[in-house]
Amino acid sequence: MRPILEVRELSIHASSGGQPIPLVEKVSFSVEKGATLALVGESGCGKSMTALSLMRILPEPAVRIVGGEIRFEDEDLVSASERRMEQLRGNIISMIFQDPIASLNPIQTVGDQIVEVIRTHNPISRKEARARAIELLRSVRLPDAERRINYYPHRLSGGMCQRVMIAMAMAGAPKVIIADEPTTALDTTVQAQVMALLRKAQTETGTAIILITHNLAAAAEAAENVAVMYAGRIIEQGPVREIFLSPAHPYTEGLLGAIPDNAEGGVEIAPLAEIPGNVPRPGTLPSGCAFAPRCKNVQQRCRNERPDLTAHGNRRVACFFPYSQMIAQ
Amino acid sequence: MIARSSFIQRYFQSRTGVIGLIILTLIIVMAIFGPTLYPVDPWDMVSRPLQWPSFGAEAPLGSDVLGRDVLSGLINGARVSLIIGISATAAAVAIGVTVGAVAGYFRGLTDDALMRITEVFQTIPNFLFVIVLVAVFRPSVFTISAAIAVVSWPAVARLVRGEFLSLRQRAFVESCVTIGMSTPRIIFTQILPNCIAPVIVTSSIMIATAILVEAGLSFLGLGDPNVMSWGAMIGFGRQSLRTSWYLTLIPGVAIQLTVLSISFVGEALNDSLNPRL
Repeated sequence: MRPILEVRELSIHASSGGQPIPLVEKVSFSVEKGATLALVGESGCGKSMTALSLMRILPEPAVRIVGGEIRFEDEDLVSASERRMEQLRGNIISMIFQDPIASLNPIQTVGDQIVEVIRTHNPISRKEARARAIELLRSVRLPDAERRINYYPHRLSGGMCQRVMIAMAMAGAPKVIIADEPTTALDTTVQAQVMALLRKAQTETGTAIILITHNLAAAAEAAENVAVMYAGRIIEQGPVREIFLSPAHPYTEGLLGAIPDNAEGGVEIAPLAEIPGNVPRPGTLPSGCAFAPRCKNVQQRCRNERPDLTAHGNRRVACFFPYSQMIAQ
Repeated sequence: MIARSSFIQRYFQSRTGVIGLIILTLIIVMAIFGPTLYPVDPWDMVSRPLQWPSFGAEAPLGSDVLGRDVLSGLINGARVSLIIGISATAAAVAIGVTVGAVAGYFRGLTDDALMRITEVFQTIPNFLFVIVLVAVFRPSVFTISAAIAVVSWPAVARLVRGEFLSLRQRAFVESCVTIGMSTPRIIFTQILPNCIAPVIVTSSIMIATAILVEAGLSFLGLGDPNVMSWGAMIGFGRQSLRTSWYLTLIPGVAIQLTVLSISFVGEALNDSLNPRL
């Protein structure tokens, strides 16, 4: 199937006066209609910058796209006009943010804000837009939607606000939704509900979802494909099941080891594995593999040469000594 | 946003706010209906000169050096003061909000350029600048309002810029961009309503300042020569200050009360619009 959104060799640099600092380098991924791709990584790995660049809302001119393509259907969004982007944003490509309460205007009722989105892209009357807004709020299972549509955001809980945000994102029947850590600011119980809601919306409308998260468990549940990012590059990508059952990159393996999942049946819990050290700051990357200083399998070659993303069966891994290969040997 | 009813409740909790509002309402009523109810021309000679306030039928608040009715001057002066105060403030707020919003939203070079211009205006002493402007253009209610607006907008611009710089960073602005809103719409329908409270408070104080500046100009004889204003009345009464001090006192008290009541209202608005203080 032809992907609806395809990113090819996307690079994003930050320039604050002097030397440009690479934030994202040569990242490629694609997502098909009705499918979900998870972009996973620690804070500062460039996943949010990638998300912002898809909407072309990077904090320009300090941070900007310096190379690559973002193919949406037959258009390249990197070179699209600002006018065209305004048409696409919120309508064809929409976004859900991390902090739902802060993402709503505090002095407008949620209903007015949804009506605003609908009327930005459709020439319909205020009354019709309002009816549509109530319908959208019902579809995201906001209890008592007719009454709550007149509420200001501060009267709604975080989970309810995220429902409103999802309703806003769905207003234009978008083809792609970018969800940037949609559940991070919410309670654990609400997180599951919000993810279920996104999936429901996806099956009903066939939108593609790009899920940006640092939560591997969420990625495993929601996505078919996953791309793991480290220091501005994708280091492993492929079908979610394969990667989670047998990670090939030591970093992915480290991330998986840091999930507390052994707490079943009262068995004594082994201490969580952690990855020593921190993500290198952008602009201070080592010359070899960016993960080399923290990798437990590091070899001399890793310190000198940078591994490229190479195909290993169904997936692509950027490591000279991936696990599957070692198992095969 | 705070619900409307609780805002009104909080306003009426302030005693000075209520007093200010009552005095201000009386002055506004006097300015609007006074000339109809008391149809005496403030320039006409109605009685013998320098007649002391008698509270009778003829010149109840006395007459000045030329026999003009002080009460009539007071009533007509209220009109001039309020018109100049409000129109100068409206113009200053319009300029200041636009400059501040553009500077705060776009930041960078736009911000630098606009703020340097603002600083140029701020470095010139306000009153002197107004005098120069009024002296260059012929003094009239319009030119005086314009001159006061020209010197007062920088304060609003700086205030609005500050609010925009902080609101601009908020997630809801970014989400407005992601839903495809155009920049002018984000500025005027999304961010501006969020910083309207401090602007209202500042503009109430600005009305008071504008009235004082106009009074100062008229006192110096630089006011509109075709209208009777409080400042001009004080100016006329100046020569006979030792014998007929009421000529200075009455319009002086009128200015005092107006400015004080507006300040009270402004302060009460500030407390009720920013309840966290």
